[in-house]
Amino acid sequence: MSARPLLIAIAILFALVVIVMPVAVIFARAFAEGFGVWLAAVSEPETRSAIMLTIVTALIVVPINIVFGLCAAWAIARFRFPGRRVLLVLIELPFAISPIVAGLCFLLVYGAYGPVGGALQPYGIQLMFNLAGIVLVSLFVTCPFVVREVLPVLSVAGEDEERAALTLGASGWQMFRFVTFPNITWPLVYGAILATARAIGEFGAVSVVSGAIRGQTMTLPLQIELLYNDYNTTGAFAAATVLAFLALITLVLRGLIALVHPVRGAAT
Amino acid sequence: MPILQTPLDALRRRRSPFPGFGLTLGVSVTFVTLIVLLPLAGLGWQLSQLGLSDYLAVMSDERTLAALRVTIGAAALATLVNGLFGLILAWVLVRYRFFGRSALDALVDLPFALPTSVAGIALVALYSKDGWIGSLIAPLGLQIAYSWWGIVIAMTFTSVPFAVRAIQPLIEELDPDEEAAAWTLGASRWQTFISIVLPKLSPGILTGTGLSFVRSLGEFGAVIFIAGNIPYQTEIASLLIMIRLDEFDYPAASAIAGTMLALSLVLLVLINVAQTRLYRRLEGGS
Repeated sequence: MSARPLLIAIAILFALVVIVMPVAVIFARAFAEGFGVWLAAVSEPETRSAIMLTIVTALIVVPINIVFGLCAAWAIARFRFPGRRVLLVLIELPFAISPIVAGLCFLLVYGAYGPVGGALQPYGIQLMFNLAGIVLVSLFVTCPFVVREVLPVLSVAGEDEERAALTLGASGWQMFRFVTFPNITWPLVYGAILATARAIGEFGAVSVVSGAIRGQTMTLPLQIELLYNDYNTTGAFAAATVLAFLALITLVLRGLIALVHPVRGAAT
Repeated sequence: MPILQTPLDALRRRRSPFPGFGLTLGVSVTFVTLIVLLPLAGLGWQLSQLGLSDYLAVMSDERTLAALRVTIGAAALATLVNGLFGLILAWVLVRYRFFGRSALDALVDLPFALPTSVAGIALVALYSKDGWIGSLIAPLGLQIAYSWWGIVIAMTFTSVPFAVRAIQPLIEELDPDEEAAAWTLGASRWQTFISIVLPKLSPGILTGTGLSFVRSLGEFGAVIFIAGNIPYQTEIASLLIMIRLDEFDYPAASAIAGTMLALSLVLLVLINVAQTRLYRRLEGGS
């Protein structure tokens, strides 16, 4: 007897129970009382402001991450300098650090009692328990995404064309715009999508530094917890559908990009 | 050679024809310093202020020890489950062609894409007494939500992609001819798997389970909803750090956080070293 049908059955059953059912239950619970109730729940003022804050956070974090990612990938791929490996390790480090520990680290430095936060306080600048804090920890958790997608591609491609462009008199910017960028467009988009998904969904690190002020510093993942603890389960699941839907879109986009441009490198 | 060497030129050991070194390195170093290095240094600084005896007092506290036991035990079981089923999933995805294969492949990444608080409330909804799965096992006297088993379930969910994605590429590289050869020489299917296939997959299994364990140790969002969070019983280390923070007990929070961080980093380094050795042995053997 072949092991094939048994193994396929086990794999599908495991995926259904462990991966699919949790997502299915979100939609089932959110729409249990009908579309009208769902719509009312997601358009509640607090939930709406949580959605807005989450979007604003992503709009600040992702462009910064892209600029940093391109700079770091360029410096690491095209130059040899002391500390190059250390820089790489530091960029990857946030993947190894759990969200709560990350949040705590930021509190210790940028909080009112920390060296940086304390020094800024006399000037009326507060970095924690507000949007600035949420942005800072989101930058931390999304730090490696763009670099680790762009760097492998940049390291193996384009060096000769870039050299030719420079020899023919292109400026640094022209070389980047017309030679380098086309080579790394898809890895860049891919990394940016992963960073966006993470910035939108981060919970642990953000919950340490957000201050949890209702209607003001609650991102959508935090708002879900708040609603849930208020026994407003319909509201919590309605808000969760928004994030689950975005997660599904992320997967579809990943699949599409993989079709256009097979991505090298790690799956994370 | 220019007579005047700027510090940047000195830094650039091999002269590179490419522009933008100062700018891109400057941006990168500034970013990494502010966002990664400084926060970590903050934790280190806080720990150094603490002193050894205070540190030991926090870590030998019954509640801390219980939280570590709960976290490490649940992470270990979740990793075991993921190692086994991750191997099966990866095998099925690479070796067999069947209807829905690419959908299954895409689904594996779902736990990475789904925000953890969403996963948290979804798992409670599934495993609580009136949930789809919880209601099935309740008559048997089993309870998963608000128990230690719930923590295992949550950790399994969030870390399963690590196992699958680390093992998958190694199965793709396997040479089916070697398995066929073992077959022809009279080895049973099981013998072939144990002596031909498994050793070649071992680096992937090691990395996959290692990453899965480290991720499980630090998981917070997905766990706290389903755990019940009873001190000494179902309270994970991350939650205890959060509780100490809410009490403004920064030293205690830092002590636990520093320990968890050190544990993760040591594990990651060990995985790296062991993986290099395994690869070297495999290459030397064949």
